[in-house]
Amino acid sequence: MQLTVWTYEGPPHVGAIRIATAMTDVHYVLHAPQGDTYADLLFTMIERRDRRTPVTYTTFQARDLGGDTAEIFQSACRDAHQRFQPAAMLVGASCTAELLQDNPAGLAAALNLPIPVVPLELPSYQKKENWGASETFYRLVRALLAGRATAHATAGARSERAPGTRPSCNLLGPTALGFRHRDDITEVTRLLAALGVDVNVVAPLGASAADLARLPDADFNISLYPEIADVTVRWLERTFRQPTVRTVPIGVGATTDFIAEVIRVAGLDPAVAERVIPSRLPWYSRSVDSTYLTGKRVFIFGDATHVLAAARIATEEMGFTVVGIGTYTREFAREVRELAGKLGVEALISEDYLEVEARIAELQPELVLGTQMERHIAKRLRIGCAVISAPVHVQDFPARYAPQMGFEGANVIFDTWIHPLMMGLEEHLIGMFRGDFEFSDSATPSHLGAGHGSHQNHAAEQPGDAVVVPAALPEPVATTTAEPPAVAAEPSPFVQPVPVMPPAATGASIIWAAEAEQELRKIPFFVRGKARRNTERFATERGVGLITVDTLYDAKAHFGR
Amino acid sequence: MTVHAPISPVAGCSDPVREPAVVRQRGQHAVFCGLTGIIWMHRKIQDAFFLVVGSRTCAHLIQSAAGVMIFAEPRFATAIIEERDLAGIADAHEELDRVVGQLLSRRPDIRLLFLVGSCPSEVIKLDLSRAAQRLDKRFNPDCRVLSYSGSGIETTFTQGEDAALAAMVPSLPAKAATSPASLLIVGALADVVEDQFRRIFADLGIGDVAFFPPRRSTELPAIGPGTRMLLAQPFLAETARLLEARGAERLAAPFPLGVEGTSAWLGAAAAAFGIGQAAFDAATAAPRERAARAMARYRPELADKSIFFFPDSQLEAPLARFLANEAGMRIVEVGVPYLHRQHMAHDMGLLPAGTLITEGADVDQQIDRCRAARPDLVVCGLGLANPLEAEGLNTKWSIELVFTPIQGYEQAGDLAELFARPFNRKQRLGVQLPASATAPAAARTGGAPCN
Ligand code: SF4
Ligand code: SF4
Repeated sequence: MQLTVWTYEGPPHVGAIRIATAMTDVHYVLHAPQGDTYADLLFTMIERRDRRTPVTYTTFQARDLGGDTAEIFQSACRDAHQRFQPAAMLVGASCTAELLQDNPAGLAAALNLPIPVVPLELPSYQKKENWGASETFYRLVRALLAGRATAHATAGARSERAPGTRPSCNLLGPTALGFRHRDDITEVTRLLAALGVDVNVVAPLGASAADLARLPDADFNISLYPEIADVTVRWLERTFRQPTVRTVPIGVGATTDFIAEVIRVAGLDPAVAERVIPSRLPWYSRSVDSTYLTGKRVFIFGDATHVLAAARIATEEMGFTVVGIGTYTREFAREVRELAGKLGVEALISEDYLEVEARIAELQPELVLGTQMERHIAKRLRIGCAVISAPVHVQDFPARYAPQMGFEGANVIFDTWIHPLMMGLEEHLIGMFRGDFEFSDSATPSHLGAGHGSHQNHAAEQPGDAVVVPAALPEPVATTTAEPPAVAAEPSPFVQPVPVMPPAATGASIIWAAEAEQELRKIPFFVRGKARRNTERFATERGVGLITVDTLYDAKAHFGR
Repeated sequence: MTVHAPISPVAGCSDPVREPAVVRQRGQHAVFCGLTGIIWMHRKIQDAFFLVVGSRTCAHLIQSAAGVMIFAEPRFATAIIEERDLAGIADAHEELDRVVGQLLSRRPDIRLLFLVGSCPSEVIKLDLSRAAQRLDKRFNPDCRVLSYSGSGIETTFTQGEDAALAAMVPSLPAKAATSPASLLIVGALADVVEDQFRRIFADLGIGDVAFFPPRRSTELPAIGPGTRMLLAQPFLAETARLLEARGAERLAAPFPLGVEGTSAWLGAAAAAFGIGQAAFDAATAAPRERAARAMARYRPELADKSIFFFPDSQLEAPLARFLANEAGMRIVEVGVPYLHRQHMAHDMGLLPAGTLITEGADVDQQIDRCRAARPDLVVCGLGLANPLEAEGLNTKWSIELVFTPIQGYEQAGDLAELFARPFNRKQRLGVQLPASATAPAAARTGGAPCN
């Protein structure tokens, strides 16, 4: 058993739902109890989808267990087929039904439905959401291409593209509930069009079952999100000898490499690369106003694809210092470890949210690039944060066009990442005028969100939810004079936002002299935590019990910036 | 002790009912499981921790329902069952002991730990009541350990609270047989609502009033034959049954929603404590009048509008009663997950005669009925709300009704406003949806409607 507070990934059948929901005419019959229907709202609420998720849940109950849950499953398949008339059907079990061993595959096959029925075996007690999405996509593609695969095996080598025809490719991997997948495919399609490459099929997002049957018509595949598409593109490589473009075009460098790889794989004239509108990022990073970005210490966490991309952008394109990286994607842990080795940091491969929080608290970065989970951690620790990866929230589906991929994606990333840093700077300038009556030091920094001040009284009423500093935390983050809580309300349809108390004192015996405390307050709040921590460490190491203004500056001199 | 609250409590009642038309169906539901109750229960009992023994799905459900990541380290978590537990490589009870030990050493502030059963723990027959007894011996008195089932095969949505409260009943201290009558309010209410009721009861002269669940698990109300109880929530079948078995007497009343419901609910207590009409009026006239004034603002916006309820929280019938009688709405259909005829008798009796109540409806067929009826407002879960809005229907998320203070006089206006807001919004929004966003799914995809 694994004690879990928050999870980065749902169960594997949620991955399967992401595939079914992404497509236009595939229905999923899931043998599951009623509570599992919660998955629908991930799509209808977080992604604001305007259609029901194409899933029928059998919703068996305890009283059915002795009887015939198999019959319930079969009638659900029949009804779903009749009502929704899908072009293909996925069938499978969620965690509970897996234990019943009703054999959805056999039961569905026995119905002889006039459409392809694809059974899914998703071991709920071993695997997770992304694996489930990848497996589902792979099974579906294989099933819908079964006929062509055999034909192809006998036909032999892939025929050459007729001279004068434009090369075409498939964009594989985007799903429902993906981080900016909607805009990425538009951006990559535009970029390919500029190069003179057509897109044969985008899948699974927006594809029909018939579209999947057309995948082999393309000259090559582009694996946009390896977490979802890697298994499938490997099979397409083997079966149809379709080459794969594997560079994920996130960031200026990666997009440039992507273009070069497409040109090579498609056999194009390298000069076509010049037709693509370049990114503003390289100039913006060089502009003198960006000097303050240089050497900013960042921590990066998310799915492997976005972490690898973010690390490259952070170091080569923004001039940051990466102080830590990690991922919850165990399937790609090796790649992340390798990169960490190159960066000279230790990789954190973990699904344990508290462990990630402890690492961030320990490293005290100036910017966190993470998921919505890290955004909340960063908020509590009063560190700026930009979201780079799933798991997603409603605000990761902005109304505006905001891709991550291609040169426009690089522009978006530049703006998104510097925003919290710029706001931090602005807050500092405001802080310099805090003596003026218009400004109050207790006001919430605007980049940490609105509505926070009004919740402080709630916090006092709810001591039960004070943050307990994880046991693994090596050092106190804050001592007795903790910063005010820095949690802003999430717009939640479910609960009134609940504030969180600052990290509790962990019994440090060091005392801050009043003047030293005053002096500390003059330091910009976004580095104040680090200054406090360094000073206390300095004092502890030297056995200093009372921190004075001198201790503060001694520590500053000792540690540097 | 594990409490198995039945999905469909047995019918049978002594209270008089002006019978509405009740239709019972079987089919696929789209209602949460009882685990969801943890979201508000852990806010209410501030020193309690809820440990679900379940799967990654259970963890994901609570996380999704909680609005994710708002708390740093919340007072709930999941012990996720893994392959090794199923394969018998690890002894599930030893594993559970280890996880609980780990948890309580991290959270010494916890005074009450609930082991919450799930579908997987029940299907593999992991006996959590036994585990709770064993762990209770180990951690008592620092922390009490109880168990209940919040599984989706045993409970629907709000029944989780019923199961949790029922698990607590045996720990309630006994009241001396000779002690004077006392009042017990049963069902989680927002603190602010509790305080309002407390003041009214004091004004009525009912001194000995307790609320269950308490805000702290150590402040358990004593219970016995002198206890008169008022149910504040309509989903507490098992809790009420166990309290009655310990001598408490249930005061039959409609639920305290709206002016009418609140007055009748308070009136039931007043009658049981021998408080005369004059005293009752003196204590309630001011808030009642305020509530009526607050309601009056929204009545014109709601009157004569039709409303359709999908089953969700069990609050549907009392809400329909409120909206019909106090806001003048027309009720098309009241879907309820299950019907407890006895507890619901007064609310059902106050519904317009012939109101259609559907119990445990098949969701697809109910959507067909809803589309055909095209009501002015649909009350439904979050999975349906946006898709129905996209079809041009006006919706109200039902789950908000569980998380928002809606009971009592002072909230009557707020409650009406929750239903008026969709109309208000519709009226304000002049901006047109682009054609592509309103076209039916079939037209956009070229295929059969896949919804
Ligand atoms: S329905 Fe069962 S398996 Fe699903 S979340 Fe609820 S308790 Fe867990
Ligand atoms: S902000 Fe909260 S409620 Fe809204 S989508 Fe994200 S998790 Fe859900």
